[in-house]
Amino acid sequence: MFFPDSFKVWTPSDCEIQVTRNFDAPRRLVFDAFTKPQLVRRWLLGPPGWSMPLCEIDLRVGGTYRYVWHSEQDGAQMAMGGLFREVVPLERIVATEKFDDAWYPGEALDTTVFEEIRDITRTTITILYESKEARDTARRSGMEHGMAAGYDRLENLLQTLAGEPT
Amino acid sequence: MTFAALANPTRRAILARLASGEVSVNELAEPFSMSQPAVSRHLKVLEHAGLISSGSDAQRRPRKLEARPLAEANEWLERYREYWEASFARLDGLLSELKVAETKRKRPAPRKR
Repeated sequence: MFFPDSFKVWTPSDCEIQVTRNFDAPRRLVFDAFTKPQLVRRWLLGPPGWSMPLCEIDLRVGGTYRYVWHSEQDGAQMAMGGLFREVVPLERIVATEKFDDAWYPGEALDTTVFEEIRDITRTTITILYESKEARDTARRSGMEHGMAAGYDRLENLLQTLAGEPT
Repeated sequence: MTFAALANPTRRAILARLASGEVSVNELAEPFSMSQPAVSRHLKVLEHAGLISSGSDAQRRPRKLEARPLAEANEWLERYREYWEASFARLDGLLSELKVAETKRKRPAPRKR
């Protein structure tokens, strides 16, 4: 089953990005898929054409994690990692996030929350940047790598925005 | 600033309204059952973020949409959304696989539904 309506990406504040999605699976499976390296490597693959040759996760407060992605096309590499600040099994993970070639200053703080409602697991990921500047830099960079801004999508955006949670 | 301005549902609704063309403050206030000063406050935030500007008619002072910052914000969110959408689609596949594996291990499975 797929829940297109449950998928939301939005910006609750200037410093945050939030991603929400429901999964048709009990919470323990979703939690495993987010925290066991052999499972994470199967879906968190980065942009199209990239693979994840390294995925290390030491899931405990003070433990670290490290992800490395590799582009099959041009051999480019991208890596990030961080430290777990809070680990509540099945429920909540708080970890720092920093890319090796960070294009924004400082670390970001990722909070992932899993809620189970009748075999459906709602997952909410909130990325909090250290400052508005870091957030804006990440934003600008994202645009440079993106395609040319299309005004034609404006109508779509407005419809999406009008329907977002408050 | 763009994103803070967009974080409010009333302001998003105002933008959606302006997508069809210039609208005066009075006309904007109507569907929201809001006072004109309240709407003006929202308009000020949107104007400050560069998302809207005052139209040409000096008397009505209609507001109009400024396409660029909104399109830029959209572009960035859209790319981010695409990235997660692809990852989550893979995760869906993985989760159904895990569910099947779990059912097999636990066989005979209790009948549900």
